[in-house]
Amino acid sequence: MSGLPDTTEKITLDTFLRGLWEENPVFVMLLGMCPVLAVTNSAINALAMGLASTFVLVASNSLVSLMRHFIPKQVRIATYIIIIATFVTMVDYAIQAISLDLYNALGAFIQLIVVNCMILGRAEAYASKQPLGATIINGLGIGAGFTLALLSLGTVREILGSGSLFGVALFGENFQPWVVMVLPPGGFFVLGAWLLIFAWVGQHRQQRMDQQEVAQHDS
Amino acid sequence: MTADSVGYIFMNAAIVNNFVLAMFLGICPFLGISAKRDTAWSMGLAVIFVMLVSSICAYGINWMLTRFEIEYLRLICYIAVIASAVQLVEMTMKKYSPALFRALGIFLPLITTNCAILGVALFQTSREYSFTQSVAFSLGAGVGFTIALMLMAGLRQHLELAKVPSVSQGAAMTMMLAGLLSLAFMGFAGLGASHG
Repeated sequence: MSGLPDTTEKITLDTFLRGLWEENPVFVMLLGMCPVLAVTNSAINALAMGLASTFVLVASNSLVSLMRHFIPKQVRIATYIIIIATFVTMVDYAIQAISLDLYNALGAFIQLIVVNCMILGRAEAYASKQPLGATIINGLGIGAGFTLALLSLGTVREILGSGSLFGVALFGENFQPWVVMVLPPGGFFVLGAWLLIFAWVGQHRQQRMDQQEVAQHDS
Repeated sequence: MTADSVGYIFMNAAIVNNFVLAMFLGICPFLGISAKRDTAWSMGLAVIFVMLVSSICAYGINWMLTRFEIEYLRLICYIAVIASAVQLVEMTMKKYSPALFRALGIFLPLITTNCAILGVALFQTSREYSFTQSVAFSLGAGVGFTIALMLMAGLRQHLELAKVPSVSQGAAMTMMLAGLLSLAFMGFAGLGASHG
């Protein structure tokens, strides 16, 4: 029983870059929001979470891509989840061994990578139809986009909320931190602000493109 | 109330450390299904039920795994149990209440990837809750999820009539709203003696 039919596309630079901007999992597709909001109260947590998710994404999607002809269509979602859970368990134990402080700071959210819809979404929408090479490149791109989004939230929240970046104090002694930024509401506000910026930039681009089109028609 | 009494655990999970607004679990359905009040309500009920079933199963599984000292399989077992619990709910609902089944549609299978449910199973394990405590915790978490979902749905229905700048329509505005709700729920933080 074979899986879904292949729709092979050529590997280009775009395969990688798409994940950073056009298909950015957080800012554009709004996937995997829980870790984005929960662990971004400091930049270092955000970076660790981004890297861990990227590893799970690339590794599990490669395996899905390799096995795409053997996984029966009816049970594919369950199979993908089991594959993802295996890699998450590996990452969980690895982080515990490398840095216990980080492990305690991230808490249950490392294990919750399993239910990150971004990873399952990529497995279903991309890895199950593409050969290994394209999957790895695309996974790296999406992972980089995810890490970038986490970092952009983490840095803003850490600078405003504790007046430091990667644990290094930025301002003098008399800096009054905005405590709300490291608390849960801050996560929503900062993410809302970033989404606003993304929407604004997108709208301007669209307008410019429309104007160019009109200009081309006129000439 | 002492910190490990059943009532405290329930209130703590439902209000003080609300799963959605204070711990950021289950954000995807929170943003996805909070557009209408009645779908939000039935989704909340389904989540409460799945949470309860998977919490009870997770308690049993954890007992087995610790007995045989194979805790590293915990995550895989939990996710498999949740997936089957969701399947069970889906089949039961299809047989006994086809109308509700149609109303929930695609959201029902998506409960599997709701991190709030896996979160309940993981937290009750790491906090070493007893059986009754686990049940109270899962019920509290489910009720808290439903409260947050209903509040958000009510707000968003009003927002549809409001005039906002076109850029901030959609996701950005929803985030800001969620932030304000979360800020309001911070007021309950004083009730919780210790975090976690």
